[in-house]
Amino acid sequence: MAIPLSYNFRNLMVRKTTTVMTSAGIMLSVAVLVASLALVNGLRTVFANTGHPLQLLVLRNGGTSELGSLIPTDSFAILRSKAGIAIDGRGEALVSPELVNVANLPSVDNPKGMNITVRGINPIGIEMRSIRLTDGRWFRSGQREIVIGKSVARRYPTAKLGSRIRFGKGDWEIVGITDGGESALNSEIWGDFNQIASDYNRQDSASSVLVRATDPVTLDALKHSIKDDRRLNANAITERDYYANQTVSGAPLEFLGIFVAVAMAIGSGFATTNTMYAAVAKRSKEIGTLRTLGFSEASILLSFLTESVLIAVLAGALGCALVLPLNWVTSGIGSFVSFSEIAFRFRVDPKTIASGVIFSVVLGVLGGVLPARAAAKKEIIAALREG
Amino acid sequence: MDSAVEARRLSKEYVRDADRVVALKDVDLEISRGEFLALMGPSGSGKSTLLHLIAAMDRPSSGQVLVLGEDPHALAGRALARWRNVHIGFVFQSFNLIPVLTALENVALPLKLTSLSAKEQMEHATTVLSLVGLGDRLHHFPRQLSGGQEQRVAIARAIVTDPDFILADEPTGNLDAASANEILGLLAALNRNHDKTIVMVTHDLHAVRFAKAVRYLEKGVLHPAGEQPEEWIDRSMSVTSAPSAKNSPEVLL
Repeated sequence: MAIPLSYNFRNLMVRKTTTVMTSAGIMLSVAVLVASLALVNGLRTVFANTGHPLQLLVLRNGGTSELGSLIPTDSFAILRSKAGIAIDGRGEALVSPELVNVANLPSVDNPKGMNITVRGINPIGIEMRSIRLTDGRWFRSGQREIVIGKSVARRYPTAKLGSRIRFGKGDWEIVGITDGGESALNSEIWGDFNQIASDYNRQDSASSVLVRATDPVTLDALKHSIKDDRRLNANAITERDYYANQTVSGAPLEFLGIFVAVAMAIGSGFATTNTMYAAVAKRSKEIGTLRTLGFSEASILLSFLTESVLIAVLAGALGCALVLPLNWVTSGIGSFVSFSEIAFRFRVDPKTIASGVIFSVVLGVLGGVLPARAAAKKEIIAALREG
Repeated sequence: MDSAVEARRLSKEYVRDADRVVALKDVDLEISRGEFLALMGPSGSGKSTLLHLIAAMDRPSSGQVLVLGEDPHALAGRALARWRNVHIGFVFQSFNLIPVLTALENVALPLKLTSLSAKEQMEHATTVLSLVGLGDRLHHFPRQLSGGQEQRVAIARAIVTDPDFILADEPTGNLDAASANEILGLLAALNRNHDKTIVMVTHDLHAVRFAKAVRYLEKGVLHPAGEQPEEWIDRSMSVTSAPSAKNSPEVLL
């Protein structure tokens, strides 16, 4: 049986100041780590929620992004004629040529301007997305009208319903606000395909073509059919994969966050070690007494290790609590694929919190193991005299 | 009478700053079951060292000590720790209570190593604290108790597992005369009424009067039984007789 936990708890309470100081370091390390994980988690959620499982994005052979891709208009008919293409209720093939470019607008984070994805799209493309209009109306064909995602409306002060923004060859009127759930579509501006193609002098091509397969089995066959068709000189990847790959945009921030958290953790780990060594020295007589009463070296080691982990877990829980409000924070990050901003919400979920708590436990164990071992290895007589 | 402790040519040396210090030299000692032995001698004579070797808190440099016919120094790790818990109740001069635990929790601490349930541990510890006259101080922390009360808690902690031995190292060294009498009366009652074998290290000639036997140590050498160094004969002449343990006001055992 182990030395009771109340012994450790009360000792931590007795050494309030030291406990708080040690905890503060661990708390900040855990907070930085959890915030970094919450960022990537939020970004991953946005990309995971974008795209239909039966849809393929057709890009130029070798192209990895819509922005750098070019699909000639004569390819559209070839794609529409492919076997396995789904048909909508009106008998129209679910094939959507789309033109992608970027507009630069001042954002709340960057008043000098941030890139936003501008997508020229036809009604069939809208039909193929899970998106709804929350305010205003859809753009009309042949008009310099656009709809903007709800994140664009929130993060770009000049982008408001009824206002005009400038990109391409002139001004565009914002006629509607869209909601694509928690997806990357919220960070896009949509307008009529032909009108936008005209502004960017791209009447003879699209950036990409979105196609929908009839079922999962056909999806794979369709993918190979597009890839193997020499007339197209194109490649097809699932829409889901295309967006999932963009999660890599958060990698530098994730790396930086983890790097800072680990660097801080090394410091706070040493602080924990120091605190625990001081506790061992101060409670030397107690250690000798406990050994005299019959507690083994292992019990002493476990007790001091538990105390170190208690400090760390307490601090870890506070660190997690500190970043919980991030759940309501929306931010934006530049995508390496679309070269435009993707808005996302930090997500501090149970998995992220568990990671923070596990991190703090590891810190507690690493910080406490040497002092705990020193406590356990003390000779009884020496321990009694030291006190 | 059965032998509780048998020490044969027991020696202990320390190395201090490259010097060898002989703490005990070839000590032969036999302590019977139910004995209340006082170990006397000047500071540094090896009294506490002998007590530590009997309790297996330290290892001898040479020689052997058998406790209840068993050599505890042949044990190691968890087995040795368990042996201490079962057989030894140790009383320290400065009480050595855990300051963050209440009197009840301090006394219940050695019971954590037994198979008793948590409830039984608390009941047992409460009973023992009541026996030493502290039934109304169960939830007091050591800082809230007087020196005498602290030592009584320490004695309760020492006897709560019903060990074979009570080893007391200067148990009255930090107490005033009245408290010292209470503690000595308590130890005498434990010996007399509960047949506990007690070995008590003391400087105090007054304390010796509570013991059944006394042995003297000087420079690590144990004087033969019945032999009293002259220095101690002179000092004992001036000591008045101790109050009867039976009449000690705090003894409830």
